[in-house]
Amino acid sequence: MLSVTNLEARYGAILALRDISLTVEEGELVALVGPNGAGKTTTLAVVAGLHRPSRGTVLFEGKSLAGRAPEDVARLGISMVPENRGVFPTLTVAENLRLGTYLRRDGQVARDLEQLQERFPVLGERAGQAAGTLSGGEQQQLAIARALISRPRLLMLDEPSLGLAPTLVDRVFELVAELHREGVTILLVEQNVRRTLEVADRAYLLQTGRVEASGRPAELRELVDIESVYLGGARRPGAQASEPAVGSR
Amino acid sequence: MDAEFLAQFALNALSLGSLYALMALGMAIVFGVLRLVNLAYGELLMVAGYTLFVLNDSPLPWLFVAGAAVLAASLASVLTERVAFRPVRVNSLNAMLITSFAVSTLLQNAALLLVSPRTRAVNVPGLLTQSLEIAGLRVSVANLITIGVSLSLLFGLNLLLRRTTLGLALRAAADDFPMTRMLGVRADRVIAAAFAISGVLAGVVGLFWIARVGSVVPTIGAGPLLIALIATVIGGMGGLAGAIAGGYVLGALTVGMQLLLPPGLIDYRDAFTFGIVILVLLVRPQGLIPGRQSARVG
Repeated sequence: MLSVTNLEARYGAILALRDISLTVEEGELVALVGPNGAGKTTTLAVVAGLHRPSRGTVLFEGKSLAGRAPEDVARLGISMVPENRGVFPTLTVAENLRLGTYLRRDGQVARDLEQLQERFPVLGERAGQAAGTLSGGEQQQLAIARALISRPRLLMLDEPSLGLAPTLVDRVFELVAELHREGVTILLVEQNVRRTLEVADRAYLLQTGRVEASGRPAELRELVDIESVYLGGARRPGAQASEPAVGSR
Repeated sequence: MDAEFLAQFALNALSLGSLYALMALGMAIVFGVLRLVNLAYGELLMVAGYTLFVLNDSPLPWLFVAGAAVLAASLASVLTERVAFRPVRVNSLNAMLITSFAVSTLLQNAALLLVSPRTRAVNVPGLLTQSLEIAGLRVSVANLITIGVSLSLLFGLNLLLRRTTLGLALRAAADDFPMTRMLGVRADRVIAAAFAISGVLAGVVGLFWIARVGSVVPTIGAGPLLIALIATVIGGMGGLAGAIAGGYVLGALTVGMQLLLPPGLIDYRDAFTFGIVILVLLVRPQGLIPGRQSARVG
């Protein structure tokens, strides 16, 4: 469904992505993990059309995303929940959700909104409230709900658990797993590796703009000492990083 | 200070304040989505003025001529965005700022070459120069119409922003433009809409501005530009409510100075007004209703 090949991206003189290749198949939950500055967020930004890569290709359902504006990427059915959540603070909760339906032309929007409020009761309760007044957890729910109401073909979540209280972190991972079971294709970026590997079908470990290792969670755990990656990155002695990706291709 | 004096002050302040509020709003709506201080904003009033001048001898009723002038200002606004700002939008904010300065100079020189560097008289309907007696108060018709039209415009714009999808997109873009685009809203369309609205506001302000002086010159936009800039800064760059508040505060200040300063100092009215503005900004540098800083569209 999504295939990224040999991606390179810069911010000015800084090379953020050196060589990233990854795939996401329909219905899969694929995670990008790795320390700060590994290039996870930049990878999502390139797919979303926010950042232009200097090299490499991005294909979504056979169409190239190169040079497409964010609004055109959205039109192909890719929905993004950015790291800062991207909630419009001066708009009400209801208005935020309405913008999520901006591209929908079918008659089921009202029904979907109702269902969404069953799933996220707080959004129904706070419908008329400015989104900027919501708590961090509520804003995260709103951001995810707004992405879902667009009925995305691919949902990209950037650090959805960031800055949330532990109980809310649980709730977010439950939600991600739930969406996955319902068949939503998800590309998840997370720093919480342990929790992420519990829910993901496959994961890519990124480090300094490269894919360091990839595969199913069990394979990845064997290949690399995940916890130590954040302390400078050590490959398990004797293990070989597999590249390209192991798993369903 | 008697009641009559206060009523006169209130009416004049409301009238001038409304005009300033519209001016500031036209500037703020573009700043909101693009973070651009459009230095060519004053020239949109000039375009409205010269449209009036060109149609001076037309047999059309004045209201149609006025409508054409507003339309011309809006068209000029959209056109400058398409031709000048859009190509440099991805470069940098400074590139856009300099471009707006260039557009301003270009439009002024076009008027200079195509019409004349000298002042040109513009027909103003007699109604706008008359005044009425209401409860012993001398009230100029122009003031009443200014207030009426401005308040209806503010009301209409509020409806547009709150009730329509375009309005929703405009407000969202002012909050977070990249996110707005990721929801499928076309950046070009939102920006063009902001410029169109900005042009309509400039055109309407232009009508009243030019009706006050009864003529148009190529440099007519300089004053309104300065007022719009100062009003948006007092109001707090970024927010539309702030721009409106800033406009009314500046209008009230100007009228207050006009009424309170001794005759010998009246020539220095603007110096006093802007002196107070500086004092206000020293105390409240973020403006009356500060806007938020958000990411720029690239």
